[in-house]
Amino acid sequence: MSEFILITGRTAEQGKALHKGKGSDEYRRATEYVGMSVSDKERLGIREGRHVRVRTAHGEAELEMREGDLPDGMIFVPMGPAANRLIGSETRGTGMPDSKGLTAEVEPL
Amino acid sequence: MRMENVVCPFCGCLCDDIVVEVRDNAITAVKRACANGRSLFLNTHTEAKHPTVDGREVEWPEAIAAAVDHLTDAASPLIYGLSSTATEAQRKAIALADLLGASIDSTSSVCHGPTSIGIQNQGEPTCTLGEVKHRADMVIFWGCNPSEAHIRHFARYSVSAAGSLTPRGRKDRTVVAVDVRPTRSARGADIFLQLRPGSDYEVLTTLRALLKGVTLEVSEVGGVRVSRLAELLERMKCCRFGVIFFGMGVTQTGGKYLNITELLALVAELNAHTRFSAMAMRGHGNVAGADCTLTWQTGYPFAINFARGYPQYNPGEFTAVDMLARREADAALIIASDPVAHFPLLAADYLKHIPAIVLDPEANLTAQQARVVLPTAMYGVSAPGTAYRMDNVPLPLKQVVESPQPTDEQVLDWIIERVKTCSA
Repeated sequence: MSEFILITGRTAEQGKALHKGKGSDEYRRATEYVGMSVSDKERLGIREGRHVRVRTAHGEAELEMREGDLPDGMIFVPMGPAANRLIGSETRGTGMPDSKGLTAEVEPL
Repeated sequence: MRMENVVCPFCGCLCDDIVVEVRDNAITAVKRACANGRSLFLNTHTEAKHPTVDGREVEWPEAIAAAVDHLTDAASPLIYGLSSTATEAQRKAIALADLLGASIDSTSSVCHGPTSIGIQNQGEPTCTLGEVKHRADMVIFWGCNPSEAHIRHFARYSVSAAGSLTPRGRKDRTVVAVDVRPTRSARGADIFLQLRPGSDYEVLTTLRALLKGVTLEVSEVGGVRVSRLAELLERMKCCRFGVIFFGMGVTQTGGKYLNITELLALVAELNAHTRFSAMAMRGHGNVAGADCTLTWQTGYPFAINFARGYPQYNPGEFTAVDMLARREADAALIIASDPVAHFPLLAADYLKHIPAIVLDPEANLTAQQARVVLPTAMYGVSAPGTAYRMDNVPLPLKQVVESPQPTDEQVLDWIIERVKTCSA
């Protein structure tokens, strides 16, 4: 188990796959993964393409791990149903959930 | 048939130079569009679809009657979405909210809602994308990643676009990226400031302090040396025309509207030295139109409630995520958006427990669990309409193929007429 800062966001692949349908394999491939730096990947001893469990205070998701151009200690999940499971609904009076900067744990499966 | 100067309705860039070839009412080729835009045009459906009620295909009058029953039975209906429909339909949705005493909110609340609050606090020193193309010699992308989300923004408006005072395009501009990670957009920048996550407010405040000539007692803020911030600020003061484009990296992180208020204050204060503007990178094709239309109709850009017979505004109370997570809505009319795909699980899950009515060209995840599904034509592809670009410039969307489906505007008209008849 290791602690990270989670950010979620758009990707070109996710945007392109939207119109193939959200039940499509392309959409699932574009949204059901977690990105992490090469050194974090090596530190956790996870091979690219293997699955990890990402857990926040709000929920958890099992996601494919992919190498990403990210600072050490940060993970990225594209916006979509998988990211939704990790985000809380508290908006602190703004309407906007905290979709970036969440504390998350990553557990190799 | 070849159609030129078609406006792509996918994102807030609203690129208006798309070429679409159509044969036998099917789109056969799309030129100049980005991958997202191409995918939108090429995956448009033109076959007839029936509306459904509880999963059963029905004719339109029965579907409208079922939708109206759910909406008029509810004590606290919520109308949500609006960002991928035309302004003509947005006006009807607001009229319906008024008629029902409903809450109405757009997808702005989960993208640039904090920007609207920041603008209300501070004002908005802004410009058009045409001014950026022709005049801007310094372009800062703060917490946004156009290479992934607004793919042609650099080429059409902000980085490589050649304008009257920027004839050499990219060579005439200083490009800065500010982000918590080295995004694709940051890779091509002249200057990249990598901030510690959640430190945007502190960094913006530091820039404001430096602009006022304050000597700081720290050497680093947000993971960046103060000397680097001072260098950036000097460049900002000395440019001819600067602009900060900002995205959800600023609105979705801690501080939210306070980050935006600070960013807009910095930009306003820079105008004592040179011309500087700020612009939100708006996501959906007509999300800017949702803000504009709601504002001109009600006085407020999102998070509005008509229960008292007049519009009340309160983000955190009348915003969709809050109303659903707190189980305060007892029916939902979702127009051209997919909250089940994009809301936190607790809020998305509650939509299964109340009657949901969906107007959308696609059988999206929200439609798949809705009680009433009303399949409509797609504005900008199979229906004409109006959409607002991210700089709040309205553009006419073209119809490039015929659709057997009604538009959102027509369906909302049918709903409004039936509500009036039922309550007469």
